[in-house]
Amino acid sequence: MVFWSHAFLKLNGTIVFTWAIMLVLAGGSKLVTRKLSTGLKRSGWQNLLEIVVTAIENQIRDVGLSRPEKYLPFLGTLFLFVATASLFTIIPGYEPPTGSLSTTAALALCVFVAVPLYGIEEQGVGGYLKSYVQPTIIMLPFNIISELSRTLALAVRLFGNMMSGAMIISILLTITPFIFPVVMTALGLLTGMVQAYIFTILAAVYIAAATRTTKRGPELAAST
Amino acid sequence: MLIDWFTVCAQTLNFLILVWLMKRFLYKPVLNAINAREALVAKELKDANAKKTEARKERDEFQTKNDEFDRHRAELLSKATQDAGVERTRLLAEARKAADDLSAKRQQSLSSDARQLNQAISQRAQKEVFAIARKTLSDLGSASLEEQIAEVFIRRLKELDEKSKKTLVEAHKSVSDPFLVRCTFDLPAKHQTAIRLAIQQSLFPKAQIQFETSAELVGGIEMVVQGQKVAWSISNYLESLEKGVVELLNEKVETGSSEKPAVKAVVRHRSGSHPKEASAKPPARSR
Repeated sequence: MVFWSHAFLKLNGTIVFTWAIMLVLAGGSKLVTRKLSTGLKRSGWQNLLEIVVTAIENQIRDVGLSRPEKYLPFLGTLFLFVATASLFTIIPGYEPPTGSLSTTAALALCVFVAVPLYGIEEQGVGGYLKSYVQPTIIMLPFNIISELSRTLALAVRLFGNMMSGAMIISILLTITPFIFPVVMTALGLLTGMVQAYIFTILAAVYIAAATRTTKRGPELAAST
Repeated sequence: MLIDWFTVCAQTLNFLILVWLMKRFLYKPVLNAINAREALVAKELKDANAKKTEARKERDEFQTKNDEFDRHRAELLSKATQDAGVERTRLLAEARKAADDLSAKRQQSLSSDARQLNQAISQRAQKEVFAIARKTLSDLGSASLEEQIAEVFIRRLKELDEKSKKTLVEAHKSVSDPFLVRCTFDLPAKHQTAIRLAIQQSLFPKAQIQFETSAELVGGIEMVVQGQKVAWSISNYLESLEKGVVELLNEKVETGSSEKPAVKAVVRHRSGSHPKEASAKPPARSR
């Protein structure tokens, strides 16, 4: 689905639906957070947003990141984007952008870049790079391969799940156009939410691993 | 091809923009609101704790004041009870004293009444006896009572012992007063002469004698000089009558009213002050 193209520039459905999701998320947030109450009484929408934000924050903390507010914008946006992309599958004619490998690859690339950035921020360049030769320098190529493969796995896992879901629903619509696709759509919603959670948690784990690898050294040294 | 690198770049950019937007419009305001609320709750909790502490302090102060008040009240109550006891004792003592005074007054009054009544009875009885004796003597013989009394008195003068005579004479000499002869009735001249002669013969030949009528003597005659006395009276005979009357009064009082203790006391007093029994023989008092 290409809306507009010029040379290598293409305005396809993935980008347009992404913009729509961005518009909904940012616009909705803007609308709700216009009049936030700092008192004990607050609106339902504010309650919903606070529940979502604090739940994500707690998940990040549970993974092991001691300052979740620092990682919340990145990881929270990952979750909300993937979850919203899945949630909108209930809208007819909508194709989730996460069903495109380009989108999942872009998200995986963001994680791929964010992990060393957070690691370097926490440990410095030397400290982060040293983590690649831990426990011995022999592990260097394996660590690099691990970095690349897990990024690829992130992208492909999300893409595969989302695409398969959308594809199954479209196939089922042609075969049994009534009840069964509804059930599968509901199942797809669940799958989408699980995938959003998995994607976010894995990203959080990677970041936590990057920021804790060299931190564990002094902790262990101190404990011994 | 599954991957369109332009789309990848665009989606990366889109995602980064979305991250910024969400941070700007969602995470930051929501986290700020949560932090503000937590601060508010913390402040309210702190205030509540402060108020709780203050309330506990005020409660302790109130408890202390309450205890102090109770203690003070108990002290006041104890003091008031003690004062009331003292006042009760004082009032009871006053009442008892007043009752005793009243009782004593009543007793005194009753005693006085009884004494007056006794005296009145005695005098009346003496007069009646005197009148009866006079009438009896008059009916039985020609002699009058006054005459008999004068004769008895003269005989008693003559029968005086020497010691008594001497005492009377010395008393008469020391003051040179006349012998005073008092009688219940007016002595006839004949009897006066007889008595004068008896005195002059028995005691002192040159004795000055003065006669006087006295109603206090009931049916009697007496001679007095310087406190020494020779007398005869029927009053002594009436003592037995008086005793009988007193006993009768006692019996009445014992069977009668609430005034019996006072009357009994009076009777005992009178019988105590006059222990001698009534005698038919009139005593001759001479010194």
